[in-house]
Amino acid sequence: MTTVALSHRLADRGIDRQLLLLVPATVFVVALFIYPFAYGMSVSLQPAQGGTFAAYQAFFTDAYQRDTITTTLAIALPAALLNVLASVPIAYRMRGRFRGKRLLTTILVVPITLGTVLTAEGLLNFLGPAGWVNRLLTTIGLIDTPLRLTNNYTGVFLSLVITGFPFAFLLVLSYLSGIDPSLERAAATLGAGWRQRFLRITLPLLAPGLATTFCLTFVLAFSVFPSAILVGDPSGSTRVISIAAYEAAYVRYDYAGASAAAIIMGAVELLVISVVLGLRALLYTGSTAGGKG
Amino acid sequence: MTGFDRLRLDGVTRRFAGADALTDLTLEIRRGEFIALLGPSGCGKSTALNCLAGLLPLSGGSIWRDDTRLDTLPPEKRGFGMVFQNYALFPHMSVQKNISFGLSMRGVPRAEARRRTTEAIRLVHLEEHARKLPGQLSGGQQQRVAIARAVVVEPSLVLMDEPLSNLDAKLRLEMRTEIRRLHQSLGLTTVYVTHDQEEALSLADRLVVLRDGRVQQIGTPEEVHTRPANRHVADFIGFRNLLPGRFSSAFFHTEGVRVKGTPVGTLEDGGPAVAAIRPEDVTLTGELDATVEVAEYQGREIAAEVRTDDGLVLHLRTDRRLAPGDKVRIGLPADRLLIFPS
Repeated sequence: MTTVALSHRLADRGIDRQLLLLVPATVFVVALFIYPFAYGMSVSLQPAQGGTFAAYQAFFTDAYQRDTITTTLAIALPAALLNVLASVPIAYRMRGRFRGKRLLTTILVVPITLGTVLTAEGLLNFLGPAGWVNRLLTTIGLIDTPLRLTNNYTGVFLSLVITGFPFAFLLVLSYLSGIDPSLERAAATLGAGWRQRFLRITLPLLAPGLATTFCLTFVLAFSVFPSAILVGDPSGSTRVISIAAYEAAYVRYDYAGASAAAIIMGAVELLVISVVLGLRALLYTGSTAGGKG
Repeated sequence: MTGFDRLRLDGVTRRFAGADALTDLTLEIRRGEFIALLGPSGCGKSTALNCLAGLLPLSGGSIWRDDTRLDTLPPEKRGFGMVFQNYALFPHMSVQKNISFGLSMRGVPRAEARRRTTEAIRLVHLEEHARKLPGQLSGGQQQRVAIARAVVVEPSLVLMDEPLSNLDAKLRLEMRTEIRRLHQSLGLTTVYVTHDQEEALSLADRLVVLRDGRVQQIGTPEEVHTRPANRHVADFIGFRNLLPGRFSSAFFHTEGVRVKGTPVGTLEDGGPAVAAIRPEDVTLTGELDATVEVAEYQGREIAAEVRTDDGLVLHLRTDRRLAPGDKVRIGLPADRLLIFPS
């Protein structure tokens, strides 16, 4: 009988010892995500008073808490949608190679590095009651009283667009670059104008990528917290769900309520993402190359 | 878009970042003709095709279909069909949808579009695969879809960019015959780009040989095959023996060899020259003593590399079973040995 190397015998059973290298990463994920999640879940189910689901009951029976879900969705869904839709034409124009592409991409992407607080400060200086825009408009006599563009829904929405757009743009640009450019050329020789080329060839191949991009920007927008306070109206129109969780935890010291809010937040996100991914599954999601070679 | 009598390229030039990719291509294509643009990679043949298709703007010159100027029109207005090297099939559309795409873009009524699509699918023998996506097909099948998609719109001109280069040798031969058969039955004017001289010779009515963006020779396959215009064309078209030497008093001199040949072009007496002969034209009867150095078995024939006693290395093909070390006497027939100016 010949002895077969251990690694071969393990491989026969579908075990690859190199997979052991994934252990540190797995430990990391368990320690930093799964454990806190499970802990939060268990805290949310052990309220100071009432039954197991009392914290959830409290959240859903109190309109002031419950409405934070719709408030957050009302900000995050349009912001994510606008970020994706605005990225498409810009990325489409920039998909080829041209002089200055790198500079232009850098300019478009810089807001990602600013951080929410800096963006909020800029927004207040620029669009605030005494900001440049209002001063200019009053000076040239277009308006008498300053427009309210900050400390309300508009302020938070703009902040989410400024920080979310670069992210969506980069993703859409990379999805677009993955589409074989000869497909559009083929469509052109077959008589398709640019509109038909975009609608019949590029868009269907890009759509799954747009769905993924939407999900990611939506998650970013849904957890909005700093800008909801800094340029928003945190006790009214922009009282988002993360503010509700924050108040429960650090104002009322109701950890169960705060955890419940966090879990509800995650559940709503998951719901939206599964709807979008469900629709995505109906699309063509295969290769975006035109053939071999 | 209907047919034409003449398609004229007039001094077509294309520069990329200052370098000339194609210089002054002037060519007249008659209706129904099969033209092959032939040359090594980087010779400008694909550039020429893309200029014709409208996918690349010209840097100079013009393109005319009879009396209509074409080079200012976008590709979708030219009414040409194109087969791409990587096929460029729409991956999210079935074979049927791919083929009918051009018809629907041209506003062909639905019933007629369906009839013509079905016919095109039958023409390329893909009946069972009509509803599949391109990703589910083999390379040869994808290639046939690409061809059907280009010809179904009955274009006034079909452009093919190395359509066989991604196929294996056997399939390449099959598809070559298929393309020739399609051309004969449909009579479509075709411009075909290739670097494979055998493909060009077997398919085309006329060849345009390019090198470094410039036309070297335009002629029928036979003209190009037997009478290449210069040593570069000869090199490319299969004259594997290229011997540098000198031309003087009607003879070619090199390495102690003095042979008669057929001068091509203007030769300076006493000046440097290059003699060219195909391996299959070198005979095993003659007056040059040589030794076989390498023998490659090629089925019916042996391809051998021999060295003359004067040190001249020649390639030849023969049905004699040569082996390394064999002593042979070889001849260079004067009518097959072409002498070019260096």
